[in-house]
Amino acid sequence: MKHRILIAEDSKSLLNRAKEIEKLFKKELEKRNLSETVSVLPTGSLGYEDIGVALVIYPDNVLYAPVNSKEDVQTIVKEHFVDGKVVKKLQKPFKRFSQIEKIMGIQQRIVLENVGKISPEDIKEYIAFDGYKGFENALKTSPEGVIKEIKDSELRGRGGAGFPTGKKWEFTAKAKSDKKYIICNADEGEPGTFKDRTIMEGDPHRVIEGMLIAGYATGANEGIIYIRGEYALSIERLENAISQAYDLGLLGNNILGSNFSFDLQVKKGAGAYVCGEETALLNSIEGKRGEPRKKPPYPPTAGLWGKPTVINNVETLANIPVIMRKGAEWFKQFGVPGSYGTKLFSLNGDLNWKGVVEVPFGTNLSFIINEIGGGLKDNLSLKAVILGGVSGSLLTPNEINTPVDFNSLAKIEAGPGSGSITVLSEKRCIVDVAKNIAKFFRHESCGKCTPCRVGTDQMYKIIDRISKGQGEGSDIQIMEKLGRTMKLTSFCGLGQTAPNAILQSLKKFPDEWNAHIFDKRCPVNVCRLEA
Amino acid sequence: MKKTSILEDLQKAESHSKENYITFKDVLQISENKKTPLSKIYGVGTFYSMLSFKPRGRHIIRICGGLACHLAGGDKLINKLKEVLQVDVGETTKDGLFTLEENSCLGLCSVAPVMMIDDEPYGNLTEEKVEEIIKSIKEGTKK
Ligand SMILES: Cc1cc2nc3c(=O)[nH]c(=O)nc-3n(C[C@H](O)[C@H](O)[C@H](O)COP(=O)(O)O)c2cc1C
Repeated sequence: MKHRILIAEDSKSLLNRAKEIEKLFKKELEKRNLSETVSVLPTGSLGYEDIGVALVIYPDNVLYAPVNSKEDVQTIVKEHFVDGKVVKKLQKPFKRFSQIEKIMGIQQRIVLENVGKISPEDIKEYIAFDGYKGFENALKTSPEGVIKEIKDSELRGRGGAGFPTGKKWEFTAKAKSDKKYIICNADEGEPGTFKDRTIMEGDPHRVIEGMLIAGYATGANEGIIYIRGEYALSIERLENAISQAYDLGLLGNNILGSNFSFDLQVKKGAGAYVCGEETALLNSIEGKRGEPRKKPPYPPTAGLWGKPTVINNVETLANIPVIMRKGAEWFKQFGVPGSYGTKLFSLNGDLNWKGVVEVPFGTNLSFIINEIGGGLKDNLSLKAVILGGVSGSLLTPNEINTPVDFNSLAKIEAGPGSGSITVLSEKRCIVDVAKNIAKFFRHESCGKCTPCRVGTDQMYKIIDRISKGQGEGSDIQIMEKLGRTMKLTSFCGLGQTAPNAILQSLKKFPDEWNAHIFDKRCPVNVCRLEA
Repeated sequence: MKKTSILEDLQKAESHSKENYITFKDVLQISENKKTPLSKIYGVGTFYSMLSFKPRGRHIIRICGGLACHLAGGDKLINKLKEVLQVDVGETTKDGLFTLEENSCLGLCSVAPVMMIDDEPYGNLTEEKVEEIIKSIKEGTKK
């Protein structure tokens, strides 16, 4: 029987020296003459990320973590492969879920189906796991047929706004133009969000396949992946994947002998959160300042260089291949009406287990936090959850018993947003958190419009004062008015969403704000107030 | 050869510089090639935080200031770095080895607090670890 050892080599595992562990395995296997029967490969993140170097052995489906040293490697090679026993002591973080099936089982990995199973550095691995089959199916269908399938799946954009993907594609397909573009939005800059990274580092070909299908469906023959400059490993793996796809004729002219041609390249951002906003992104690709454009016209009809352009989030595009492979009906067995399929969440903050997990829409938020995330660290109690990134919403413990889907969350003035879940324990100070959020937006406001440029600055200054014990009685009212003005009059989504979580915190935690403002006291002793 | 944009030209100029910055000569060159006024080139360049028109250190340290890192004690690390390097955020060390910058969020929140040095991420940091990392890079580069 041939075994495969897949070592998680995403950015976070690499910083725990996953590469060294890979080399140690190769050496040890060679020493024991096992190189022929056991192969060692890199793979993506296994979901839980704060556990040191993790690896899975297939077909046994056994997970080991953390594997830290040469001794650990020797033990696994000897006991697992020579003696045929599971090394229990190297499964520490998973007392509850020692088998990979159980860990993966409480998730529903559709988008991440290959992450942790294949090497992201080899196109043959992707193809062996049905890669590019969805695209082949698309080629056998008419472009209209592909759009119908995506519309039938009711897939909604995973970049935050939840716009129906099929409809977006249809606008571009119907637009008459000599040139059209497909853009993958990989600017992932929302604080607390790192799910697109998991896809790109773990299964880059899936993004390429999604873009190919989008290109075929809309009549576009040029694609651009706009990725933030800091995502070095994602860039490396995507560029490698693109060059392999060209080599096999899956990109370029007359792909697979069809009339369809598609070119794809990666463009790097240069550090600006606002460039995730789709029209700012277009300006940045055109080489300009990344300031947003007036809408309408919308990108599907007038986008890059004025040409019809589909802009989709990485996760949205990563859903496409499996829909084209297994069909809209299959896809709709996951999730709930209005939100079909799965959603990736980036778990962070005061949780026991952090990382990227994939669950069907409609999964209860408290289940995600308490079961999948393992509950709060040190048995602390929950104070609040920031859902969808710092431009998302702030929820109280009373509100987390809610299904995570677009409709249910809308009832509590929230949304899945970027898919980030930042958990705050009782020891966290709401004013301190609000100050960090305000600082972020003040720095990232592009300065084009006054409500956002001045509003984010004023908001930060007020909160900073309050956190230092210099708050004034009228501050809350001023912040509310300022926030409302920013929401209503800012030019783009950045300024419109910047006050969200802060305003909600004023409503939901008035006592804590008042303690800072009137009593010059931080109830949890985080802020240093000079009375 | 594909046509490059102003932003790409600037990115390229910076990546070719040992001191991680775009020189006036680069800007002149781009302005000439693109037949675009200097003001426009600077307008683009100054918009993006990863670009610099001032010489920077051989290594760029990007310490994360995002919410998850803040919660995990990121402020302490920023202070530690300032102390070890004897610079403020945005400044370069006297020996020209490091420039300290703050990033809005590096997207490594599951192993917060984090920083990147050039393309290399470092996670689950403590003040001691930060000191060690800086030391090891210093010793490595001196050779
Ligand atoms: C300030 C701001 C930042 C954004 N950042 C991102 C981002 O990093 N990634 C992303 O996919 N969408 C981002 N968006 C949303 C995009 O504008 C756009 O809605 C999305 O890329 C559309 O893709 P989808 O239909 O697949 O969701 C951002 C929006 C705003 C207002």
